Amino acid sequence: MNPGPGQKEQDMSSTAEHQTDAPPDYLNDGYGLRSWLLTTDHKRIAMLYLMSVTIFFMMGSFFAALIRAELVTPEGDLVTPDMYNRLFTMHGVIMVFLFLIPTIPAVFGNFFVPIMIGAKDLAMPRLNLASWYVFNVGAVLILYSIFAGGLDTGWTFYVPYSSSYSATNVVTAAVGIFIAGFASIMTGLNLMVTIHRMRAPGMTWFRLPLFVWANYATSIIILLGTPVVAITILMVGAERMFQLGIFDPAYGGDPILFQHLFWFYSHPAVYIMVLPAMGIQSELMAAFARKRIFGYRYVVYSSLGIAVLGFLVWGHHMYTSGQSAYAAAVFSILTMLVAVPSAVKTFNWTATLYRGSISFQTPMLYALAFMGLFLVGGLTGVMLGTLGIDVHVHDTYFVVAHFHYVMVGVTVSAFMGGLHYWWPKMTGRLYPSFPSKISAILVFLGFNLTFFPQFLLGFMGMPRRYHAYPVEDWQVLNVLSSAGATVLGVGFLLPAVYLTWSLFRGKRAPANPWGAVGLEWDIPSPPTKHNFEEDVVVTHEAYDYDARRDAIAAAAAAKQEADLV
Amino acid sequence: MSEAVQNSRLAHWYRSWEEQTESVTLAMWFFLVTEVMFFGGIFTAYLIYRAQNPEAFAAASHHLDIVMGGVNTAVLIGSSLTVVMSVWAAERGKQKALATWLFLTMLLGLTFLVIKYFEYSAKFEHNLVPGASFEFHDTRAGEHGYVDPSRARMFFHLYFFMTGLHALHMIIGLGIYGVLLFNTLKGKYSVRWHDPIPVAGLYWHFVDLVWIFLFPLLYLIGRH
Amino acid sequence: MILANLPFMPEQASTIAHEIDELYVFTVVLSTVVSLLIVAALIWFMVRYKRRSADEIGHRETAGDWLEITWTVIPAIVFLGLFFWGAKVYFDTYRVPEGADRYYVVGKQWMWKFQHPAGNREINELHVPVGRPIELVITSEDVIHSFFVPAFRTKRDAVPGRYSTAWFEATKTGTYDIFCAEYCGAEHSLMIGKITVMEPADYEAWLVDKLPERTLAASGEELFQEKSCNTCHRADSDARAPILNGIYGSEVALLGGARVTADDNYIRESIINPAGKVVAGYQPIMPTYKGQLTEEEILELMSYIQSLESAGHEGEGAEGTM
Repeated sequence: MNPGPGQKEQDMSSTAEHQTDAPPDYLNDGYGLRSWLLTTDHKRIAMLYLMSVTIFFMMGSFFAALIRAELVTPEGDLVTPDMYNRLFTMHGVIMVFLFLIPTIPAVFGNFFVPIMIGAKDLAMPRLNLASWYVFNVGAVLILYSIFAGGLDTGWTFYVPYSSSYSATNVVTAAVGIFIAGFASIMTGLNLMVTIHRMRAPGMTWFRLPLFVWANYATSIIILLGTPVVAITILMVGAERMFQLGIFDPAYGGDPILFQHLFWFYSHPAVYIMVLPAMGIQSELMAAFARKRIFGYRYVVYSSLGIAVLGFLVWGHHMYTSGQSAYAAAVFSILTMLVAVPSAVKTFNWTATLYRGSISFQTPMLYALAFMGLFLVGGLTGVMLGTLGIDVHVHDTYFVVAHFHYVMVGVTVSAFMGGLHYWWPKMTGRLYPSFPSKISAILVFLGFNLTFFPQFLLGFMGMPRRYHAYPVEDWQVLNVLSSAGATVLGVGFLLPAVYLTWSLFRGKRAPANPWGAVGLEWDIPSPPTKHNFEEDVVVTHEAYDYDARRDAIAAAAAAKQEADLV
Repeated sequence: MSEAVQNSRLAHWYRSWEEQTESVTLAMWFFLVTEVMFFGGIFTAYLIYRAQNPEAFAAASHHLDIVMGGVNTAVLIGSSLTVVMSVWAAERGKQKALATWLFLTMLLGLTFLVIKYFEYSAKFEHNLVPGASFEFHDTRAGEHGYVDPSRARMFFHLYFFMTGLHALHMIIGLGIYGVLLFNTLKGKYSVRWHDPIPVAGLYWHFVDLVWIFLFPLLYLIGRH
Repeated sequence: MILANLPFMPEQASTIAHEIDELYVFTVVLSTVVSLLIVAALIWFMVRYKRRSADEIGHRETAGDWLEITWTVIPAIVFLGLFFWGAKVYFDTYRVPEGADRYYVVGKQWMWKFQHPAGNREINELHVPVGRPIELVITSEDVIHSFFVPAFRTKRDAVPGRYSTAWFEATKTGTYDIFCAEYCGAEHSLMIGKITVMEPADYEAWLVDKLPERTLAASGEELFQEKSCNTCHRADSDARAPILNGIYGSEVALLGGARVTADDNYIRESIINPAGKVVAGYQPIMPTYKGQLTEEEILELMSYIQSLESAGHEGEGAEGTM
């Protein structure tokens, strides 16, 4: 239990030679449904989460496909207005609450934070398993509300429409979101305590990989922000069921209060979606340039800065709501400030490539896509934060384009990049390189074709959440957008195919297929149940490629053996 | 207690007893932070509407039973004392004392809920609860000026929401202490390991603290 | 100007549209330039530092803090500069010019109702004169809507229970789209309309042609008497209720010491929830009119009260506020 004297660094010998006497990997350590459904192994729980979020992502995408199909023509001819309102609501609710917010921390955070800090598991493994169940209970309620008639309030639930006018299953969905939020809090709690208390000897704060820092900053936001949306949702439910009056002007209530409370969480929530993605980006850039991230400390401070400043800017969603112009000005100036750490990170990632040793395997393709898409998404965010511009483009497709650039272009790209980067480690299998590169390119091209035209549509005046649009001139851009969505869909479907294929027929992965530096690459692919067979003592900073040249050489040799293209 | 049983209390993913204790304690502190934010949302709404409707809220508040509320406050403060004593007993391995203090804590918590029940019943009788039957007649132009019944209604709705949420946390606390008492009687806690006692104590103190804020905010508006 | 003819931009039909477009185009150009520079750097590094052997690693860099500070401070300055420019434009859209004509906009599921100061009412269509500052007092009867005219770059939410204000001055005659820009239920995308800007002479002619019997303020005066407001709010019984002449826009001292400006929201609140703000020196005896007046009736009363001038003469500003 206690680390004894003289423990050495984890040995980096290849595990291929120790097959017969090595402990089983975590996937083979126990078979059967019970061993999975009652597991407390953070790696298995991560895979359970991966399965859940993949299903939800597909459901959300299905609704998106229907939306884009409807918008091919100006008339509302595919579905009824009521159905369309349900489609965009469910697309938003599922994607935000069941995919974007939980995924990276609950899948990659769960799997890799303990390993990256040299621990055997998270601080509270049973809480971790419970969080998966709680998450699914919330998800089932949300999905039930779709199938039992739907939800049509928009994912933003603005009152009084959601509290007094909508005839759909608002309360069921609200309870489902509340419960799913609880799961999010449980994950955040676990990650926070783990990072604080369970780092291996020698793993000081500033030796942590940036992905760990990213999860830490994200957990701060989860803990501070999620409870506020929880109570706000309860208030909407109480308003609906008991006419609480809290948002109803007839009783002295204020609908704008809802907006303040809602966005107080929902703005930081977008940083919950983005910070872990940025953490993955740091890992990818370091690994595929084979050098430490430029300005490591500044990237750390930027992450923490974003977490803090992100709580101060919620009013930038409300510039036209009727709040005072002075309040709007305060929020705008703070919004400009929160953009700065993101810019700092962008420069640092770019500088990381300087004098690097860059390879263009699939994860790196996603990382490069991230850079371009983040530039567009982030800078259009600055535009939206600019008061004079936002008045015109608020609630138009400009906003829709912006947030899809950051949520899909950044979060989903990073998710895909991380998935392709860590897939060999998590599953012990290599996927075929050529189809994976094709799908990365398809995702990038399809994504831009889908969403870039929406910036133009927005500035021309096309409002959001419109089932039919009255301006014929807008059709061309909408058709382009829908065409892009088709390409994007194919790009996302391909990995489902070849990754699944790799589980059965993929080549066995060596411990370090990319020749990267990190504790996760020093253990077998897939890892054993307890991650490390000997206690870890850390003596180097993160991404110390200079110190590990021989390890890289060995990995390169093993890679050739595994015949990775 | 045997070595094996003692060591079995140290979960295998921790490197030491200290790491385990510190982890679960830190986890409870972070959880309490989320609870602060949770209650904070409804407190914010309350404070805003009170600032906008001072007379109505004051008039409505005077219909709350300050005696019952005051007794409940004393009861909860007393229960925090019994919680502190339970931690003291656990740290010294005093099993009977521990069981006693846990039991007294539950008793006081139950007392709180019973008094709350009587308070709520009184409100029902006077039609001061959310729903169609709400009536507020205290609109005379007296010490509070003209009071808009709809704003008084807002007060009562917030009162039930906030104290109801608090009472729910109390019930959960009772459940937790029930489990602790049961475990104590089965001899699960020792000097070596008794983490759940102080950790649950943190939770109980927090719920008590919420009441300490609720009481003056709801019951003591403008009273001399 | 050149900006007016760029593709993918709506028409510029108001005084503010040009300002907004300038700001927008500037940020687009700046963002494009910055992005291209970074992408160029990325491409250059990708080409120049491509991995040449399987076991090659990158060079460890130690940056001076000066580089980090530089690329922290410069973006901060640029973003703050954008803030100031954007705030200036925004405040221009908020500060209603003196002498603007007040039109009332009521959003309701799923239509826009307009009231001209001259008394004309329209649904889903609004006629206005070119070249005059026009103030819109906007509210909703049910859920939140948002009044949006892309050609004017004007947008303001319509919130139930309060008034929000927007203003514009149209620069070109023509017909422009009105959209609802805040999701409001089933027919949100059908809550659209047209705003027609006319030469002043044509507008006058149109008004007369469609003129109702009374101006808005005159309707308000009739309501004022019908609902018995005048039994207390009279010139000779200031002991019971404050005189309303000249009250609009003035500062009012409240019971308890606070001072507020008697703006639209104050007047509305005084009608719906009089006990909320009681004027100093008076008893809180005014009954509430909540539920007894529609939004449009409240607007008529407001129009009447606004027209009461402090010279003590009652009666509407009969010149019709043209």
